[in-house]
Amino acid sequence: MMLNAWGLALLQAVLYVALAPLLAGWVRKVKARLQNRRGITLWQPYQDLYKLFAKEARMAHTASLLFRAAPYIVFVATWLAVAAVPLVTTSLPTAAIADVIVIAGLLALARFFLALAGMDVGTAFGGMGASREMFVSALAEPAMLMAVFTLAMTAHSTNLASVVEYQLHGDTILRPSYMFALAGLVLVAVAETGRIPVDNPTTHLELTMIHEAMILEYSGRHLALMEWAAQLKLLLYGVLLVNVFFPWGSIAQGTNPVTLGIALLLVVVKLALLGVALAVSETVLAKMRVFRVPAFLNLALLLALLGLLSHVILEVGT
Amino acid sequence: MTVAIALQLAAGAVVLALLSALVSFFPAGVRRLLALPLFALAGLLALVAGVGALFHGGVATAELPLGLPWLPWQVRLDALSGFFLCVVGVVSFAVGLYAPGYVRGFAYGNDSLRALGCFTGLFLTGMLLVILANDAYMFMVAWELMSLSSYFLVAWHHDHAANRRAAFLYLLMAHVGGLSILLGYGVLASFGGDFTFAAMRGAELSFGWASVAFVLAFIGFGMKADLVPLHAWLPEAHPVAPSHISALMSGVMLKVAVYGFIRFVFDLLGDIHWQWGVAVMAIGSVSALMGVLYALMQHDLKRLLAYHSVENIGIIFIGLGLALLFLAEGHTVIGTVAFVAALYHTINHALFKSLLFMGAGAILHSANERDLENMGGLLRRMPWTGLFFLIGCISISALPPFNGFVSEWLTFQAALQAWQLESGVLRSIVPIAAAMLALTGALAAACFVKVYGVAFLGQARSRAVRRARKAPLSMRVGQGVLALLCLLLGILPTFFIDLLDSVPQQVLGHGLTRASAHGWLWLTPISRETASYSAPMVAVALTISLVLGLWLLGRGIRRVRRCDAWDCGFAPPTPMMQYTAAAFAQPIRRVFGLLFHIDEGVEPQEDGRLRHRLQVRDRAWDLFYTPVARVVERAARQVVRLQSGNIRIYLGWTLATLLLLLWLIA
Repeated sequence: MMLNAWGLALLQAVLYVALAPLLAGWVRKVKARLQNRRGITLWQPYQDLYKLFAKEARMAHTASLLFRAAPYIVFVATWLAVAAVPLVTTSLPTAAIADVIVIAGLLALARFFLALAGMDVGTAFGGMGASREMFVSALAEPAMLMAVFTLAMTAHSTNLASVVEYQLHGDTILRPSYMFALAGLVLVAVAETGRIPVDNPTTHLELTMIHEAMILEYSGRHLALMEWAAQLKLLLYGVLLVNVFFPWGSIAQGTNPVTLGIALLLVVVKLALLGVALAVSETVLAKMRVFRVPAFLNLALLLALLGLLSHVILEVGT
Repeated sequence: MTVAIALQLAAGAVVLALLSALVSFFPAGVRRLLALPLFALAGLLALVAGVGALFHGGVATAELPLGLPWLPWQVRLDALSGFFLCVVGVVSFAVGLYAPGYVRGFAYGNDSLRALGCFTGLFLTGMLLVILANDAYMFMVAWELMSLSSYFLVAWHHDHAANRRAAFLYLLMAHVGGLSILLGYGVLASFGGDFTFAAMRGAELSFGWASVAFVLAFIGFGMKADLVPLHAWLPEAHPVAPSHISALMSGVMLKVAVYGFIRFVFDLLGDIHWQWGVAVMAIGSVSALMGVLYALMQHDLKRLLAYHSVENIGIIFIGLGLALLFLAEGHTVIGTVAFVAALYHTINHALFKSLLFMGAGAILHSANERDLENMGGLLRRMPWTGLFFLIGCISISALPPFNGFVSEWLTFQAALQAWQLESGVLRSIVPIAAAMLALTGALAAACFVKVYGVAFLGQARSRAVRRARKAPLSMRVGQGVLALLCLLLGILPTFFIDLLDSVPQQVLGHGLTRASAHGWLWLTPISRETASYSAPMVAVALTISLVLGLWLLGRGIRRVRRCDAWDCGFAPPTPMMQYTAAAFAQPIRRVFGLLFHIDEGVEPQEDGRLRHRLQVRDRAWDLFYTPVARVVERAARQVVRLQSGNIRIYLGWTLATLLLLLWLIA
């Protein structure tokens, strides 16, 4: 049983890595269709990664050792963060190793090295990207923590598996705090994964870049790792939104293979729907000016804090 | 080892610290050979004594044949003082290792090394005695010894008028704070009937008088510990001292103030009230946030680090405030979690802040540069310093798997139990403090990306930095010890929490045994269901996957071909085109603009070139310091009227005062 659980945890971690490019490809595909383009195939992100891994990596003369190490650290930290999020079952030991604060911490660690790597070569674009990334995340991270704290306080646990279980077992009343937290977390997810309207993942104009500006100097396998880490992060926020707020059906509470299979199917469907929603929002919205972003993120922080306050004032003790 | 032996070891540490001060008066050869090793040894002995006291958990007291005839100096070693002995000891030990290399750089300067060595020794003596004191009289004498000797250290580079001014400001604030502490002890002594701590513990105070004592102690210790709005002196004073002294002052002396606060409020004062908790938590949150925001605006590395001390002391006081709040409301377990979180952050901050100040000192030593805007590319010039500084940056930014994260995690865990509080108002205040803590952590990460990116990465922006040499071995060793400890406290939190468990047991009468109830792998402060964090497993997973990744993809360390920077095909970048520290912080400066006093503009120079001018002033000066100074000046001008120059009138005043006092007593 124990070995089984650990094996499942490992399997889940591998599954995350395998699925991440698919979600990114799906969003791109849907977006293209919405814009009346035929778009790429779903497998294009895999082909891109394969191509990049096969290519030679080059480094600027001015790059230091940190530049070489950063892609590995960024990828591994993001991967570990994702691995602790329950995908199809709540009975995995990984959720106990790293609770939701640790997940936020691991993401912050990845971001820390990503931003440092951006500054390492000493180009203006890299510094600009790093500065803006840290600026956006400085406002987004507290909002994210507040949103998940709302859930944690309701479930009396910061363990994500317990939060999900509480959601599954709890009475299905509409809690105002959950609505606020959901709204806040959606806004944070958009900002943290570098999507429109905060950042544009497909931009070709340097001055509008945030994430792309930081990894401008990377090539070959280093670039592949950075891209993959970004896709993992998108998947992480997707699974977080789906499984924490709408866990019904898509998450099992045992390790029965049949229920796990059904859960996997359902979670993929839900993620696909979320991908469509993201593609639609990216199509109808325009990118904001950088100094509009604080208003956007303050809204997220305010919503998340309102969620927390409405929980402690309205819902506790009643 | 019993506590009595630990107390003797602590006494030995005090004697060694005094000796290291005395040795400074010997000829230069003897001084060089003995002073700093003695200092390091004193630190080590204090550490051993502290660990012994923590391990044993008992109490040992003694009387010294010093002091007033009716009040001999009392010393006492218990778990709380043991913990703080560890904090002082470990940093002093590392500083003792680091300093020989650093001080050698001053050998040809004008300033007296004799004075430096003497006051450094006295400074450590003072701090150790404060921690060991068991009566208010000895406490105040030791406190003043600590303040005065550090004043001379701040004023050591006295050639610059700015340094003398900073030192004077420091002296002034230290004494206003000292006065407040003295009055606080006065309140306790008048109820307890005696100046010994034992008598004060027994004193029965009404809520009103207890609050008066609390407020006095909070102002006094808060001033020393550097809480907003009393903080403005620290970023002036700490950076102008030599770097190893800055490390001691920011890393350790502020912790002595935290010790004083804990001793006074948790131990001596008796009953705890939730109103105090709210006040401490509010001031702590504001300090944390303002500290990090002002730090982001700095480009002088040592000033920046000093502002981060404001931030981290704020985080410690958030923990203490939560502890007061929960304890007063009767939730002992959660109060204990918050208390342990504050203690853990205390030692963490001592470690990484000293580490970072030592890094700043290494840069100052090798490149003679404090201004971030002139640095760059130092990682390649000073790889070891760069690595240790990076560890310090990750730790202070509260990122796993290093130590800063553990204490912040614990603080969050305590705050997340706010739902247990009965009062709706308190329930909603605690999450707001947690939000401010989250914002602080994220901003701190931004700030240290700025520091590390601008100073150690990229290309050198000045000639001296381009030619920086490796720091001497002694400096690297001193930093290495602290960096290793930062990692250990990060990945093995259960061991250290078990070790310091005797502190809450002694002070609160309640330990935190649950924290490691599920084995050393799992940190479970409240219960396994509520929250768990397995730092060793996260660290191992990180390491294994990193090694695997490097092995699979890097296939060993392959040579990577080098080329010019791509930079989107623009011309190869020059060092001047890099993002500067001011540019990095610009978005945050703009968003939080209201909190700063910003003077920014572009002005043409004589040769037709344009120059960007940017000055960020601390609003505390305008809002707090200047008005107070103005009131004091105005009062002084009123007093001048008494000074007629006629001695008979002066004598008349003296007589009148005497009569008034006699009438008051009678």
